Amino acid sequence: MRLVVRAAEVTGATELIDVTAAHVDSCLYHGEATLDFVQRLVDGRARVRVPTTLNVGVLDLLHPELYRGDRRIADRGRLLMDRYRALGARPTFTCAPYQLADARPAFGQQVAWGESNAIAFCNSVLGARTNRYGDFIDVAAAITGRVPHAGLHRTEARRATLVLRLADDVPIALRDADLLFPLLGLVLGRRAGSAVAAIDGLAPGQSEDRLKALGAAAASSGSVAMFHVVGSTPEAPTLDAALQQHRPSAVELVRLGDLRTARDELTTAAGDRLTAVSLGTPHASLAELGRYVAMLGGRRVHSGVELLVSTGRDTLAAAARTGITERLRAAGVELLVDTCSYIAPILRPSEGATMTDSAKWAYYAPGNIGARVVFGSTAECIRSAVAGRVVRDDALWGTA
Amino acid sequence: MSEPTALILDEPLSLWGGVDPATGEVIDAHHPQLGAKVRGRVLVMASGRGSSSSASVLAEAVRVGTAPAAIVLGESDLILSIGATVAEELYGVTVPIVVLSPTALAAIVDGQPIDLDAEPFASPR
Repeated sequence: MRLVVRAAEVTGATELIDVTAAHVDSCLYHGEATLDFVQRLVDGRARVRVPTTLNVGVLDLLHPELYRGDRRIADRGRLLMDRYRALGARPTFTCAPYQLADARPAFGQQVAWGESNAIAFCNSVLGARTNRYGDFIDVAAAITGRVPHAGLHRTEARRATLVLRLADDVPIALRDADLLFPLLGLVLGRRAGSAVAAIDGLAPGQSEDRLKALGAAAASSGSVAMFHVVGSTPEAPTLDAALQQHRPSAVELVRLGDLRTARDELTTAAGDRLTAVSLGTPHASLAELGRYVAMLGGRRVHSGVELLVSTGRDTLAAAARTGITERLRAAGVELLVDTCSYIAPILRPSEGATMTDSAKWAYYAPGNIGARVVFGSTAECIRSAVAGRVVRDDALWGTA
Repeated sequence: MSEPTALILDEPLSLWGGVDPATGEVIDAHHPQLGAKVRGRVLVMASGRGSSSSASVLAEAVRVGTAPAAIVLGESDLILSIGATVAEELYGVTVPIVVLSPTALAAIVDGQPIDLDAEPFASPR
């Protein structure tokens, strides 16, 4: 409770409100401090008061043999995951709790979520309400069921103050490509910082998977906790609705050159041999796993390349029931749950490059695991994994 | 002990994925201050950024002894404030987090000594 009150002081809130659910990110081991903290909670016999899902940990508890790092860290990481279970949280161990039908908050619901991509998705795509709850405060909110009534819990803070509009020079093919979304997200994070922006100029009804990629990128390059995509997100049926009938403080164009710069910036490998491909950051949805199968089209992953897909254990179970898992494994795909390949040493040690379709993976993997990264579309990643070398498709970028 | 000096970060830095708590070094490959050491410095940046795990990284850096002496921001940041509060609770070490106006923030020069006993560090929010 002291942490929740401290949070109220920092956010300037004068009252606390109830939350109906929590998503806790504190179960990822970042050193003994994370264990010291949860031990205090366990010693005090704390229990979560609201339904609580857990974010990724260090270890894939279903396939622990995939962990290639320090045994001691794996053990401490597993202990931390167990400790959070002991508080009564559900062992979902996914960064995409919004993919779990029974954990998805409804429109307008007040919740306390951690994990930057989940926070952005929760506010923007579900229309549920959370602030950016980081480690410690997320579990404090789960235990007390209370949060400060501040920030994005309040309607007025959800108003877009910045409008980003796709410029006319962005080719039609790119406007309708999955690839646009992580790149646009990277630009969004840079331009918006922590402000709420509305993106205008996209076809209505964009998929959850595309909005997931957009939000994850924006929450990596900036502190974006909420965005609107006009015609696609629930609080932005129109631009005017996203602006809550106010005037924006700025309207900016996103040009083809900005997207090209974003793509190039995410690629840190220079001509290295391709040795790995990583998909599923944030965790792949069932629909995405199905798309990978379709894109592989019965071909096998090249012997010199490790194709690793991260997903949630519940999604993996659903995929197993429909035969998707079997087909991915038959193609030589490695499946990872409960963790992610950029936060723990999972990929084979290699001097080569890793290709990814995730701006978030590309953003953090060089610092976290020393990866050399090639960023590309999902289709480029899969074609490259099969070919054993980086295959590019520049058609989307037009001739400009 | 001599006064800590300011380390100006040209872009907001996510401590998680941005600082290795074992060494206190900036490891974000996309950040202009890549390679800088935060230990004992006063970090100055416009805002916090990125991952919600930064609170843990700050607490761990405090435990190991690689944490900055203080953090100066242009806007309040719940994630860093909670990290500092938990570190204080667990290890009894205070990392003051101070919010300054953009003008005051811009007036700080890289390498400038900062007196942590002076306002507003002595009674941070």
